Amino acid sequence: MAGSIRGSGIADRAPAVSRPSAIQPARGRRWAVLRQAVRTRLGPLGVVVMLIAIVVALLAPVISPYNPLRQDLGNALARPDRAHLMGTDNVGRDVLSRMIWGTRVSLMAGFGSVALAMVTGGLLGLLAGYTGGRTDGLVMRLMDAVLSFPPLVLALALGAVLGAGLTGVVIALGVVYTPTFARLMRGQVLTITARDYVEAARALGAPGWRIAWHHVLPNAAAPIVIQASLSVAFAILAEASLSFLGLGIQPPGASWGSMINAGRGYLQQAPWIVFWPGAALFVTVVGLNFVGDAVRDALDPRLRR
Amino acid sequence: MGRLVLRRLLATIPVLVLVTAGVFALIHLTPGDPIDVMMAESVDATVKANLRRELGLDQPIYVQYGAWMWRLLHGDLGRSIRNGEPVIENVSRRIRPSLQLAALAMAISLVLATPLGILSAARRNTSVDRFGTTFALFGICMPNFLLALLLIFFFGVKLRWLPISGYTDPLEDTLHGLRSLALPALTLGLALAAVVTRTLRSSMLDALSEDYVRTARAKGLSEWSVIHGHVLKNALIPVVTVLGLQLGTLIGGAVITEYVFALPGVGRLVVDAVFARDYPLVQGVVLLIAVGFILSNLAVDLLYGWIDPRIRYR
Repeated sequence: MAGSIRGSGIADRAPAVSRPSAIQPARGRRWAVLRQAVRTRLGPLGVVVMLIAIVVALLAPVISPYNPLRQDLGNALARPDRAHLMGTDNVGRDVLSRMIWGTRVSLMAGFGSVALAMVTGGLLGLLAGYTGGRTDGLVMRLMDAVLSFPPLVLALALGAVLGAGLTGVVIALGVVYTPTFARLMRGQVLTITARDYVEAARALGAPGWRIAWHHVLPNAAAPIVIQASLSVAFAILAEASLSFLGLGIQPPGASWGSMINAGRGYLQQAPWIVFWPGAALFVTVVGLNFVGDAVRDALDPRLRR
Repeated sequence: MGRLVLRRLLATIPVLVLVTAGVFALIHLTPGDPIDVMMAESVDATVKANLRRELGLDQPIYVQYGAWMWRLLHGDLGRSIRNGEPVIENVSRRIRPSLQLAALAMAISLVLATPLGILSAARRNTSVDRFGTTFALFGICMPNFLLALLLIFFFGVKLRWLPISGYTDPLEDTLHGLRSLALPALTLGLALAAVVTRTLRSSMLDALSEDYVRTARAKGLSEWSVIHGHVLKNALIPVVTVLGLQLGTLIGGAVITEYVFALPGVGRLVVDAVFARDYPLVQGVVLLIAVGFILSNLAVDLLYGWIDPRIRYR
């Protein structure tokens, strides 16, 4: 299966991504990347959605109109009105407040698990590609083994043993996404270490860690960033799925997935319990996808379609 | 082709070994004592001690692994601690609805995605293309459970056309069976159709820009003959790969879909086992799913080599 890494297009793609670095100074390239990202049509829309989500998550304690956990059984399943803009749920909790706090959980799980996977996978890929031989074989077979589980099933199994809650979900999803980054990084390392400037650095007597840090990492960063930006949206979806199944944040805590699960029994009487967190989840995921696509287009114009 | 099969089979062995080790390790990742997690605190200490002995958890870890692998190689995947039945029996009872669901979903996705993907690429930048790409984006970003609830709301609650839960075997009662599987299959099929549409469109566009297409057009072939005779065959190769890659998503989607629609399939069994903290059952089912997944990926790899002769000689 390791043989398929080259065939996957990931390694083949690498030269186009990292070639500009040899020609342009880093800062100029960074601005060009930003300009390109803004120029793509849907990128800015995605950035706006992402920024709104981040602001809502950060300001949750300030902007949330009610305590998301406070029950008001006398006012259960209330329609959206002035007092409760998005209505109340089956135990009278304010849907808007719970949705706002749920944003926090979704973003923490999405960004947290991808960051964890990026660091772990990046380091493992670097180790495998750089040392080669048995270590490479072992690390990559290990990654193949992780990839042999359907992602959600693996996350469920890990979530089951790690225990429900945000930490368990972040670790479980982090493990699920690690092989993608490890494979990507390994492919990058293999192409970059074959370049003349690495050869030159080696000939000048630069130690291995210096070559890895100064030459390999900066040039391998672009595809890793692309992969990370595309993964966050799917990590958020995965967290929502796990919470929907009951493995994420535990009641009475609020997350979009668990709110949707709690509301599904009231689809007829109170569709708003499902509608609002569903809409929030969908819009966030679409927005993050736009951001991911824009980042990819800006960093690798060859992939634009 | 024979060499390709052999090479792929050999590459699968170390992965299988690591997968079994991973599944074995699952139970030991539990923070604290797995027996305490599996059983309520009030359960009698002797009962707990019996279970510990039965699962071999009182042995050193390498002895446990050896015994577990030995049983595995003899086809014994363990027993559920809740109903005491072997894992294999639990799974074999549940496999039929899952396979029927997957087959129906696959059929729905291909019926929807093939024309949409082809039209999107052939009529690029028209309203058909915009519909195709919007549908693809919508399907990819829409979580299964949300789509399932929307379908339940419209077709089950509002229109009352289709049942929203339960299962009838289509092999016993075709009409009721297909009706009971309609909404779950549509949920899974739409998500899959989105991915296939996107891939087919993109690979069609790639193929359309090839020199042989220009030659075909220069010969004066009609656009339909160009697409049918030259583009489609080449564009289908990435679609097979994507369908293979989507197997994992399909299985994950099936877990959620079976849960929402209360279908008694393998996905539902995993969720139930996780919540019952029935670790031996979780281990057994997850291992079976992983092996099934590895074997289907292997099949897709080989299929790919069969469709595209260039792969065989790589």
